[in-house]
Amino acid sequence: MSFGEFLLVAVLALPAVGAVLVAATPRDRAARLVGTAVAALTLVGAVLLVLGDHGWFGYGSAPAVQPWHRLDLPWVPGLDLRFHLGVDGISWPLVALTALLTLLCCGYTLWRVPEGGSGRALVALLLVVEVGILGTFLALDLVLFFAFFEVVLLPMYAIIAGWGGADRRRAARKFALYTLFGSVLLLVGVYVVVAAAGTADIVALTGGAGLSRGTQLAAFTLLGLAFAVKAPLWPLHSWLPDAHTQAPTVGSVILAGVLLKMGTYGLIRVAVGVAPEGARWAAPVLGVLAVAAILIGSLVCLAQDELKRLIAYSSVGHMGFVLLGVATLTATGIQAALIGNIAHGVITGLLFFLAGAVKDRTHTGALAELSGLRETAPRLAGLLGFAAVASLGLPGLAGFWGEAFAVFAAVQRGGPFWTTLAVLAAVGGALTAAYFLRLLRQVTHGRPSPAVGRLTPGLAGAELTAWAPLVLLALAVGLAPTLVLGLANGPVDALVGVLR
Amino acid sequence: MSLVQSVDNVALLPAYLAAGTAVLVLLADLLVARRGATVAVAAAGAVATAVGAALVGAGQTRRTFCVGADCSWVLDGRAALVAAVFALLTLGVLGLSGPLLRDGPTPPGEYCFLLACSMTGGVVLGAAGDLITLIVALETLTLPLYVLVGLRRGSLASAEAAVTFFVVSVVATTLTLLGAALLYAATGGLHLDRLGTILGERPELLDLPLTTAAVALVVLGLAFKVAAVPFHAWAPATYDGAPLPVAAYLSTASKLGGVVALLAVVQRALPADVTGPVLALLAVATMTVGNLVALRQRRTVRLLAWSSVAQAGYILAPLGALALAAGRTDEARSAAYAAAVAYAVFFVLLELAAFAALVALRPAGADGGTVDDLRGAARRHPWVAAALALALIGLAGLPPGLAGLFAKVTVVRSLLTGGAGWLALVVAVNAVIGLAYYLRLAATLYAGDGRVAGSGDRPAARPAWTVAAALGLATAAAVVVGFAPQLVLDLAAR
Repeated sequence: MSFGEFLLVAVLALPAVGAVLVAATPRDRAARLVGTAVAALTLVGAVLLVLGDHGWFGYGSAPAVQPWHRLDLPWVPGLDLRFHLGVDGISWPLVALTALLTLLCCGYTLWRVPEGGSGRALVALLLVVEVGILGTFLALDLVLFFAFFEVVLLPMYAIIAGWGGADRRRAARKFALYTLFGSVLLLVGVYVVVAAAGTADIVALTGGAGLSRGTQLAAFTLLGLAFAVKAPLWPLHSWLPDAHTQAPTVGSVILAGVLLKMGTYGLIRVAVGVAPEGARWAAPVLGVLAVAAILIGSLVCLAQDELKRLIAYSSVGHMGFVLLGVATLTATGIQAALIGNIAHGVITGLLFFLAGAVKDRTHTGALAELSGLRETAPRLAGLLGFAAVASLGLPGLAGFWGEAFAVFAAVQRGGPFWTTLAVLAAVGGALTAAYFLRLLRQVTHGRPSPAVGRLTPGLAGAELTAWAPLVLLALAVGLAPTLVLGLANGPVDALVGVLR
Repeated sequence: MSLVQSVDNVALLPAYLAAGTAVLVLLADLLVARRGATVAVAAAGAVATAVGAALVGAGQTRRTFCVGADCSWVLDGRAALVAAVFALLTLGVLGLSGPLLRDGPTPPGEYCFLLACSMTGGVVLGAAGDLITLIVALETLTLPLYVLVGLRRGSLASAEAAVTFFVVSVVATTLTLLGAALLYAATGGLHLDRLGTILGERPELLDLPLTTAAVALVVLGLAFKVAAVPFHAWAPATYDGAPLPVAAYLSTASKLGGVVALLAVVQRALPADVTGPVLALLAVATMTVGNLVALRQRRTVRLLAWSSVAQAGYILAPLGALALAAGRTDEARSAAYAAAVAYAVFFVLLELAAFAALVALRPAGADGGTVDDLRGAARRHPWVAAALALALIGLAGLPPGLAGLFAKVTVVRSLLTGGAGWLALVVAVNAVIGLAYYLRLAATLYAGDGRVAGSGDRPAARPAWTVAAALGLATAAAVVVGFAPQLVLDLAAR
């Protein structure tokens, strides 16, 4: 077994075994420590995956997917299922982000366990969720991809239902049923492709692999719907605000940070890759829905009066930009989607951490009861300001590139249709700035409200430790987008190459 | 031609073992008259039957009772699988019956004898090569259950359940027999393969109203046995009235019997273009109605009963692909049959585990109770509750219940191989509806608030060891086939 194969297995096996270990450790705090250590090891493994051959050295036309490392073992031949893993420039940034956010969340639980259940069970569930998300990003077999896609569902349900807010059961059930609806469509879509092509190998299937137009349209419709529920794309987004609002802080961070990315990643790697003909056919619809998501998400945010709900709805808008990038089907657009994914994961993860901190301290999330945060807790207010400004897309911070390039890609696509979409998306970008500035004006400025007046300025060490990497990443990706784009350049060009 | 047939006794070994078990149980009850001995004999007989079936099934296909090329007893790989599964299910149900036989007024000798008789019917069923053997085997499987369902003495619900079950089942058998008779009148054959050949070679027979009526009667009569909608109404009342282990047997072994019988006639005897549309309709109605009604159930066993109605729909779904021409190619057909068998095997494993966990959570001899009775069970019995949650999630078809996930995947794959994408979508949507109530039941186990008065501080009674063993084995088997579903798929495809 080569080093790369070992790493691929280790990145999945570590959290899986870790979850069992955590569940078996009798003492709660010791269990959380074990979980954090396992998450840290997983992050090391995930980062090391970047080592390997990034170019391709072959004759003739390069394949559309060229993994840096891959592992291909038979599992269930009767279902066309192989244990086929691989990592490349499209998936690696997401893999690393997942490992990082899980580590930060596990570390955060060392300091504070949300009410509802034992911290041990929460950490074990977080690790299981990590297995599912990492597996989804690493899978190079359609059926395996589906299986990992499903793994995430119930542990996340349990996190929301066990540790969430007042209305957690309803929110959790809604999350489970909505996303299962997406998953079963994915299952049907996967086997539409597999039955027609006779293989489930994503490497072989990328580019259409001789699927008929009818099959591709059917497959893209099913797969696109499945990923649109997960991403989520307006109008299939309504599970998201409830789930994000009710979930505990760590749950919201994982949900917004990486779980939604399973949808956009799947759209790029599976739906567009396997059914390019279908993607071209559906691109205008996808574009219109994406722009509708941007505009509607922003308008809803302008009217929100609850902190976590506002951030949740802002995700709808941001994922709209990502989906607009994908819909253009150009190299620029897909690059924009990828960097938008990462930026949203980092920034919204940070925003949910901060919102959780505000709610834990003031015991309210209502914007009307929060004002003057900078008077009593200037550091928290400063960080919230930073995250909000990063999220609204200030140049120099991570949020800028995804939004700007998505609009740019739509303009580049040309024609009145795409230009209109670009203009509308830009208007949505302005609205995004408007609601984040409104949020800042209400929360940080003004006279301290009674709830805010009791605060002390200090931040716990655990909080700073959890937030610092995200702040630094938001800066780093903003200043040097090539961190993500450079890695994704080759794979995206190859993917766009087969789209034509 | 000699009138004395040579009988292949090796092929009959599983049937001998099963019938011998029944006789030995009766003798043990008569001569030793101790509960432990009777149950031990029944359990040993069930193990011997499973081992015998596995040994014989590992070799070549064996046939006996032949007239020319047509044989009434065909012990192939699938028949051996069915026999072994029946024997193991009987063993599992015997395990679940431990507390019932120890504490209840149930007579152990009669109970074990009836169970062994039922097992004999199941063992014979898989190998039946003609319609008469098939129907007799199915009746041998069902007949003892009328009594077993009514065994909860002094319970009106139990008596009602037994009568309902008896009446419905007898009517269903009559329909099937009438259908078989009409088929004989139309074709002159009763052997499954011969019927298949005759109907295939003389398509003009299919234009006869008599043949259509015969095919319809056979299929519908068997649909009663699997509790397919609209012939399902007996199932919830019967399951709920029966003692819990018997309900477990009804929803696993008895249902499997119906599936095997239906599969035998559909695969070998009846023309697929006639049965296909009927089965597709039955499958759609069964899973949709089962799931929708299960949503509203408050009693645990009724919820499981309706869910098992819905699961019967998933089992029938692959056969529904035969309705379309694309589903009638040889490849698609064998995929469909194998998928139905594989799903049935996955299902009975998970269902047995669910019932075993329910028996373990309830007081000895009690009925299933309401869903609320299980509130907070995870704090009192963490392992049993975890096993029940795993089984329920498996039935819903989600990880970590990988066995259930792969079962659903098998069905969807066979449907799309057969070009029946619409049916795959129906299955998919039903899986979402199903999750709603499985999740409700599973979440109740872990619910912390609103504990039932007095139940929270009750000391947790340990489940009987036989129940724990049955639960452990069923769960372990479900986990193993979850990680290695190819084991089941290979067996089902033989």
